[in-house]
Amino acid sequence: MISNVAWQGEYTFLLSTLIQKDFKVRYRNMSLGVFWSLLNPLVTMAALTFVFTRIFSSPSRQFPVFVLCGLVPFNFFTLAWSAATSSLVENASIMKRVPIPRVTVPIATVLGNCVHLLIQIGLLLSFVLAFGNRINWYWLWLPVVWGFELVFVCGMALITSALNIFVRDTRYVVESVNTLLFWCVPIFYGFERIPPRFVELYRYNPIAALVMASRNILLDGVSPAPGLLLKLAFVSVLVLLLGLLVFRKLEPGFYEYL
Amino acid sequence: MGLIEFEHVSKAFSRTGGARLLRAYLLDRLHHRRPEPHFALSDVSFSLERGQSLAVIGRNGAGKSTLLSLVANLCRPTSGSVTVRGSVAALLELGSGFHPDLTGAENVRLNASLLGLSRHQTEERFGSIVEFSELGDFMLDPLRTWSSGMIMRLAFSVAIHVDPDILMIDEVLAVGDQRFQIKCLDRILRFWNEGKTLLFVSHFPELVQRLCDKAIWLDQGRLILSGSPEEVLEAYAADSSVDA
Repeated sequence: MISNVAWQGEYTFLLSTLIQKDFKVRYRNMSLGVFWSLLNPLVTMAALTFVFTRIFSSPSRQFPVFVLCGLVPFNFFTLAWSAATSSLVENASIMKRVPIPRVTVPIATVLGNCVHLLIQIGLLLSFVLAFGNRINWYWLWLPVVWGFELVFVCGMALITSALNIFVRDTRYVVESVNTLLFWCVPIFYGFERIPPRFVELYRYNPIAALVMASRNILLDGVSPAPGLLLKLAFVSVLVLLLGLLVFRKLEPGFYEYL
Repeated sequence: MGLIEFEHVSKAFSRTGGARLLRAYLLDRLHHRRPEPHFALSDVSFSLERGQSLAVIGRNGAGKSTLLSLVANLCRPTSGSVTVRGSVAALLELGSGFHPDLTGAENVRLNASLLGLSRHQTEERFGSIVEFSELGDFMLDPLRTWSSGMIMRLAFSVAIHVDPDILMIDEVLAVGDQRFQIKCLDRILRFWNEGKTLLFVSHFPELVQRLCDKAIWLDQGRLILSGSPEEVLEAYAADSSVDA
């Protein structure tokens, strides 16, 4: 039993200093700084475009944009998820000294990665326009669907960051899942190529759903299907709740295992 | 009602401690092994009234740091109960929560937010934190270029400006030059004069006698003696000299 005065600080201030720390520590020693987050998707896009237009023949003139619609959500998810997974262990010195609400640590790491997401979204939108697509009303859906991705990543990050304290191999499992995900998310193939019996599975994968929704909005100029949006929302919120539950369950053991 | 109350507190750690790979976990399961826990504290009881200060003495591995961690609400006791009625700021180990790649100023804000200051309070006290540390010229340099004495000065300055009800100090005062040590002691005295509580892990008898109303002596997780600082220090000194 314990009845202690809780940590009395300010959540938003704590989150902002943690986010700034992550960000500054990562980029201060790099000469190219945040431009890395532009370079990475561009290189991958170029490689995939080469393979799928020169080696395999691709039906679409818009292939680079098509690929980028898949890469941007995928990149954010993998980067944020794997960084957040090891965030608690990496911040062990803080966790062992100051009784801050520990949820803030993985969440701050995810939010810190949003800077990449924003830069990459900027890149994506410029490509979309450069390839002759028009801005349409459905673009208003974009913040909503990307918001759900954020919710989903936070949920996943809470689960794996907590597990990673007890079993340090969790980090490697996450890396492997990310590699697998590159093939399981329709990045370089279209949704229509997926065999019918796997379609439902894809719809329940928030990252895949997000890619489909982004393509609907940006390339086809149509609203994403309501069923797809509902599934995206449902799974994202469910995973976040599950994450909070798992985190709360495991938290009492953190100190001993850090 | 005491400010800090420990009732029959025990704290066990598993011997494997931190990083456990899946393999070790599975092997334990397979062989029905349960690793023997190690008791860092066993059956410790004491209470401290508001305004009183406590010295914790004991050798390395006596359970002093575990006791402070329990007060700071960093972990929960395995059995017994811990009650703390006030805000706690800890000055544990050198620059806890400081990052070597961040500048002095960035570290001040980070540490202040960790210790529970709001953004407004931090900006308000920022000048005074820097001034006290006497490190104004270095605030824009990354911490890795600082000496350990400088880091300690900044850490102390932030912790004292949090203005907690309970300030925990874990033998870090030994760092820093003598002049600054005196300045810190001055500040601690002022804090103490305001009727706040110090939790002190120290082997400086003078300091303990001057600042503390009470002392406890821990050895291998057990409470050997609790009483007035003079009494406890004397017994501890006698015991140490026999061993030596």
